[in-house]
Amino acid sequence: MNKREYTIALAGNPNTGKSTLFNVLTGLRQHTGNWPGKTVIHAEGFFTYKNEEYRIIDLPGTYSLYSNSADEEVARDFIIFSKPDVTLVVLDATALERNLNLALQVLEMTDRVIICLNLMDEAKKKGIVIDIANLSKKLGVPVVPLAARNKEGIEELLETVARMVHGEINTTPLVVAYSRAIEEKIAKLLPLVKEVVGEEYPARWVALRLLDGDTSLLHALQHHPHHFLKEGATYACHCAKSV
Amino acid sequence: MTEAKLARLSDANPGERFRITTLKIEGTMKRRLLDLGFVPGSEITVLQKSPLGDPTAYRVSHTTIALRKEESDHIYGERIGNE
Ligand SMILES: Nc1nc2c(ncn2[C@@H]2O[C@H](COP(=O)(O)OP(=O)(O)OP(=O)(O)O)[C@@H](O)[C@H]2O)c(=O)[nH]1
Ligand SMILES: [Mg+2]
Repeated sequence: MNKREYTIALAGNPNTGKSTLFNVLTGLRQHTGNWPGKTVIHAEGFFTYKNEEYRIIDLPGTYSLYSNSADEEVARDFIIFSKPDVTLVVLDATALERNLNLALQVLEMTDRVIICLNLMDEAKKKGIVIDIANLSKKLGVPVVPLAARNKEGIEELLETVARMVHGEINTTPLVVAYSRAIEEKIAKLLPLVKEVVGEEYPARWVALRLLDGDTSLLHALQHHPHHFLKEGATYACHCAKSV
Repeated sequence: MTEAKLARLSDANPGERFRITTLKIEGTMKRRLLDLGFVPGSEITVLQKSPLGDPTAYRVSHTTIALRKEESDHIYGERIGNE
């Protein structure tokens, strides 16, 4: 069997050290350009770990992935349509509460997530103590502490990435529970969404986006007709409106 | 607390703190404000207004975020005095 290349995505709030981590991992093996049709910078790099090739994408920093902007759309589409083997969510350890919003959104989209708790040096200076094992248990995915600028924690991160791409880590991403009214609507929509998107996309997440009236997702889905039946998307959206 | 007593975030002055009660708006702008951390119950500090008075910088959940008046106008809550 041919050796394959694994794809890693870097997501996170603005200014959490994604590009710093990207540079540490890729060194000079990187290039930048624009996303097709977007004025959002696309940075892609490569690295080798234990004789295996990895491609890593530095996604734009965003507070959310609900596509309020071109940046959010690019990040969302990459996670949903390119299905990276691992998504690294880079969090600022000194502003955990704020950063967890995006982390929880990513956990609704994919179960192949590693949380990078970056700026641990700053957190220490500020006297912030984080129970990493407990955070990992609650989120249901690995959490790796980092100080990317000082190249601290990189080895543990790479080892965790390698184990995840080899299927050696079982994750159980936290499922955010919504109000009863919303959960009832999700339950109604789920079978339909599963019928239309199959195993291809995270059904609960798609149902939530449809309930939110996310038309940009609908358009994105319709432009991926190989994965998604065109009429199906419109039909599912129609049903979302009626429940 | 009665609705009548609620102030707008846009009325709060630099140095003041403000606790959000509600966002009186729907749609994408509400979504965006929530994503930026302007959620009911959270405490905001007004940092400074730009020289022309708009936008204004706020400290919200350990990050500085600037809002235009047309955004902060929709955020209602209590002014809880100076730092
Ligand atoms: N103290 C400390 N600073 C860091 C660390 N990692 C990154 N930084 C600094 O944080 C700032 C932002 O880093 P970037 O790598 O540009 O952050 P980013 O997430 O790519 O930012 P956006 O692309 O704007 O979303 C820079 O000044 C970095 O030097 C770290 O581990 N510790
Ligand atoms: Mg960057």
